[in-house]
Amino acid sequence: MPEATRAAFGSTLLELAEAFPNLVVLDADLSKSTMTAAFAEKYPSRHFEFGIAESNMIGAAAGLALSGKIPVAASFACFLVGRLETIRVAVILNRANVKLVGTHAGLGIGEDGASQMGLEDIAALRGLPRIAILQPGDALEARQAVAWMLKHEGPVYLRLTRQKLEDIHKPDYKFEFGKADLVWQPEPKPRHFQATIFASGGTVGGAIAAAKELLPRGFSARVFNAATIKPFDEQAVDQAAAVSERLVTVEDHNVSGGLGAAVCEAAASLGLKVPVVALGTRELGESGSPAELYERHGLSAPRIAEACLRNLSSC
Amino acid sequence: MADVAPDAKELRADIIRMITAAGSGHPGGSLSIIDFLAVLYSKHLRHDPRRPDWPDRDRFVLSKGHAAPALYAVLARHGYFDRNLLSSLRKLGSPLQGHPERRRLPGIEASTGSLGQGPSIALGMALAAKLDGRGCRIYAACGDGEMQEGQVWEALMAAPKFQLDNLTLVVDCNDGQIDGHVHEVMPLEPLAGKLAAFNWEVRDLDGHDPSAIDAALDWAKGARGKPRALLARTVKGKGVSFMENQVDWHGRAPNQEQCAAALKEILGA
Repeated sequence: MPEATRAAFGSTLLELAEAFPNLVVLDADLSKSTMTAAFAEKYPSRHFEFGIAESNMIGAAAGLALSGKIPVAASFACFLVGRLETIRVAVILNRANVKLVGTHAGLGIGEDGASQMGLEDIAALRGLPRIAILQPGDALEARQAVAWMLKHEGPVYLRLTRQKLEDIHKPDYKFEFGKADLVWQPEPKPRHFQATIFASGGTVGGAIAAAKELLPRGFSARVFNAATIKPFDEQAVDQAAAVSERLVTVEDHNVSGGLGAAVCEAAASLGLKVPVVALGTRELGESGSPAELYERHGLSAPRIAEACLRNLSSC
Repeated sequence: MADVAPDAKELRADIIRMITAAGSGHPGGSLSIIDFLAVLYSKHLRHDPRRPDWPDRDRFVLSKGHAAPALYAVLARHGYFDRNLLSSLRKLGSPLQGHPERRRLPGIEASTGSLGQGPSIALGMALAAKLDGRGCRIYAACGDGEMQEGQVWEALMAAPKFQLDNLTLVVDCNDGQIDGHVHEVMPLEPLAGKLAAFNWEVRDLDGHDPSAIDAALDWAKGARGKPRALLARTVKGKGVSFMENQVDWHGRAPNQEQCAAALKEILGA
């Protein structure tokens, strides 16, 4: 059943509230959007509403963590990362066990437009040491990622979608931190692929649709879901490069500094001679329906397929 | 010097020696807050240097992290670490970083130095203490220049909402910051009125008078339902005449000659 990863996050917090008595939830006037409102209603003493003051929320989260709590601080991705210096010092330098949850990632939020779109959040946070960055590809994975995040000792950034995402996993899927997982490949499995696509979050469904669309055209592509952006699964890049003519990355984020960069860095540091086609926006976003925006910014299934086919020299 | 607590003389001397040995650092704001820290740590803070992770301890967050030498001098004096470490300030590999870092040194409650974040961190600690029903108190110290940071006011707005009467803010009002006097760079006054308007109870005090500091901290502990703030009126560089009220001494180390002159003045030897 299609479900927004933010919705899966909200319901999982409720489910795990008793199992994690130190869990506390912090909001900055967006609890109805980040989907923490149900937790706030059921556990009012463990929910702190900070109003429209994200810096203070993040700093207070650090203080709560230094006193043994497991604070989950939620807001839109763009508003959290706007407080980068507070994240850097209050959270990271303190090694505070803070969980930052950025919802409303990317163009996928649609009509609200550029100022509400988190499109540089991964780029900004990837530069910080010791933070884990997760972006689940469907609700099933989001629930497991939340459970992992609460158990993990250390700062985490969880990036979630406003829009509903199709299921990309079978019901028996087990999320594994640090691993990119294969979500689609042609049957029977070819020995060689024209492309291996790495997608994450809101773009995985479109990447799978693109790979399916390409198959009858004699172009064999497979799709990995990169739910862990930091640390990145270098081994998956290594193995993909060995059997693929090119790697394609697809993300609802600026084309710089995010998933594409993680794949390029892995390929370069491993000395792999493989071209990487990085898809993502180059702009700050704009208003429109999510589908229109994915089409316009090159993230729809047809646009992904087109990019896979494009002569590399023209990229 | 009659208005300076007797034990603060040694702490002042430590600050001067430390910064001289380091060759850089912030004497002005360290000397202005040292009397407050001396009284806080010796008479009010419930702490145990042998158990720096004691869950029920009171906590002190030095939001004005550049005054780290003052905090290090006090922590060493209370036995948190070997006093010989003081001379390693700012050296590669030293636990005495240029600005305080938690986990490198026992007794440091929070890594600070990016101004404006300490009140939020302290607020989170105060929330946790309330949630756990611990009777401990949380203290945060800001510089007056630091009050120019917007995040401070976010925290000031939030603390009364959460009824954090276990949280005390002290502002080291030395009227100095790097680019000049606070009242010129970006005026704050009436600071007491601003804090009162944010629903804090506020008291002004002479931040170099041990008995006034003692009384103010007693008053802060009497908070009920509202947080209390102390505006410690201080002199930047207090105790070293050629540093007093000279903003140039905000972030400059004395040379050997100046160090000797400062120590002579402080210790009266």
